[in-house]
Amino acid sequence: MSTTYSHAPGFVAGDRPKIVTSRFEFADSFTLERYLATNGYKGLRAALSRPANEIHDDVKSATVLGRGGAGFPAGTKWGLTPQQVWPKYLVVNGDESEPGTYKDRLLMERDPHQLIEGCLIACYAAGLSQCFLYIRGEMALAQERVAAALNEAYAAGYVGKNILGSNFSVDIILHWGAGAYVVGEETALIESLEGNRGMPRLKPPFFPAVNGLYGQPTIVNNVETLANLPWLLCNGVAAYTAVGTKTSPGTRMVAVSGHVKRPGVFEIINGTTTFRDLIFGEEFCGGIRDDKQLKAFVPGGGSAPWFTADQLDLPFEASQVGPAGSMLGSGAVIVMDETTDIPAAALTLTHFYAHESCGKCTPCREGGTWLERILRRIVDGDGTDADLQQLLEVGAMICPGDFPHAANAQLGLTAVPFPYKMTTICFVGPSAFAPVHSALTLFRSEFESRVTKRVTIPVTAVSTAKTVTSVGAH
Amino acid sequence: MSRLTDKNLVIAKEIIARYPRQKSALIPLLHLAQEQSGYISREAMVHLGELVGVTSAEVYGTATFYEMFRFEPIGKYLVNICGTMSCALMGAHELMHHAEKRLGVKAGGTTQDGMFTLAHAECQAACTEAPCLQVNYRYRLRVSTADLDNLIDDLEAGKLSEEIPAHGVLAKVRQHIAPDRGVGAVSPELVDQAPAWLNGKAAL
Repeated sequence: MSTTYSHAPGFVAGDRPKIVTSRFEFADSFTLERYLATNGYKGLRAALSRPANEIHDDVKSATVLGRGGAGFPAGTKWGLTPQQVWPKYLVVNGDESEPGTYKDRLLMERDPHQLIEGCLIACYAAGLSQCFLYIRGEMALAQERVAAALNEAYAAGYVGKNILGSNFSVDIILHWGAGAYVVGEETALIESLEGNRGMPRLKPPFFPAVNGLYGQPTIVNNVETLANLPWLLCNGVAAYTAVGTKTSPGTRMVAVSGHVKRPGVFEIINGTTTFRDLIFGEEFCGGIRDDKQLKAFVPGGGSAPWFTADQLDLPFEASQVGPAGSMLGSGAVIVMDETTDIPAAALTLTHFYAHESCGKCTPCREGGTWLERILRRIVDGDGTDADLQQLLEVGAMICPGDFPHAANAQLGLTAVPFPYKMTTICFVGPSAFAPVHSALTLFRSEFESRVTKRVTIPVTAVSTAKTVTSVGAH
Repeated sequence: MSRLTDKNLVIAKEIIARYPRQKSALIPLLHLAQEQSGYISREAMVHLGELVGVTSAEVYGTATFYEMFRFEPIGKYLVNICGTMSCALMGAHELMHHAEKRLGVKAGGTTQDGMFTLAHAECQAACTEAPCLQVNYRYRLRVSTADLDNLIDDLEAGKLSEEIPAHGVLAKVRQHIAPDRGVGAVSPELVDQAPAWLNGKAAL
């Protein structure tokens, strides 16, 4: 049975290697005192004693994958900046807001010094002159903990001018967001950091590594990605790659929510842990609530196409989940049991993405809203048969061609691999369509039975239309 | 009256000085203005524009993009109930119905006494502890309808005023960089060389 801590609600410790959550057991894990007592800033010392390019090589050979969603290796990303253009910047993406996901918030609240040390190592290795740590606006506690940790670290000489008495000098600037999901996209994050509306920039040709903050080369890394670096520098590449698989080394944090017995955030071994382990394993969620049947699950945050029981044995390995028709995304599994109202559940996600569209690309701005409205009238019992086709046609405006979906033996479906084609700059638009497409592909009969339920003048005393369901719209 | 106070002006100038470009300070400054008044007034936006060297229209343009900024007074306590999937699967909609009944306002409304503004929120990153809500961005997890009633009672009785400041106050701890410790922001045009430590290892 796994341990939970009252000071870290949601996190469940297990008997597994801990790379980023090793201090979560301590109630004072966010203090400099505790951090220094548990190998804190040793990774930074180890880094500073070697040439920067060697540290960059370590991160490359350890294949530290980006934990924000795309899974791009951090060392490779650092190497994409042009050689002779200075200054370069580090922007830390702590704008975590993907439905189902939270790990960065815990890492910032529970171990802010680990993140700060990770930022310093990245700046040292890649020659980045200033670091901007962007924390989601709604996370007041994370902002307080990181601010306090930065104040401690500055005073103790770990951040700022001549760090640890060396010629390595870098400022880390804490920056708060103000509530906009799209700002999690790296070019929108940069726009927001420049004080603008957080709308993504058109790319290619220019990615942030070439043309980012203030038009300078900019590395945007996720909080969890950077939190891996202190451990890597302390323990070495061999120890890091000894955990997980060759293509997905180390661990990753995964939140499992929804209809499971014991929902929680876990640090799991990358590449080998399967969805069955996570949902049914005793050391993880222990099965579906009330021992009901699994109906479907979202494998990688609200943007990901859904899986069913057919995909339970897939591991947390991008090279297997992609061909199976979805993505690992930001490490979030949302589980639906047999009682779930599928169209209503899909509506909560489509509403989210339609609401969060920044309005820059027409297919997303208009299409997302259309998808939500059509879906809402179906859920409300006002839909028509033509609406089901309409949903797919609107979706095809955002994502032309075959949209990825999972195989399903019962329905005779074969998988359409990830990724999709898209007519928008960023993934918000396609994400509005993903839940609709998955729900409609895997559970079409639930929509068909819904559209026949038109609201009529009740002939009996009590109308049954528009009752509130457990995931009903209202 | 709604321009930044002298005390906040000092904080604002310290924030602006951290960025290579002044406009970057805009969102933190908007938070500061909201902290001062509970919402962001026209006068505050004019003042912020003067401080970072953009027009007040540009300040307004940025501010209106972000959900947390309010342009008219709202309740002392903003109760944001998450309605995204993980919370919805665990009863968030029922919780919202209960809150609407208890407070006597629909989502989006403010109670007549100015104490509470009730709002739908999107995913608040506490998905395993569903349904969750935030009061002025302080979490309450696995909230039952009874928990919500108790929370409202406690807020009305002033029992939580220590933990939960009035709307507008976000983090109660601010970053402060002592002048002798900071590197200082440099305009990117003034830098054309690689950082010193790249020429070999950092001289320890």
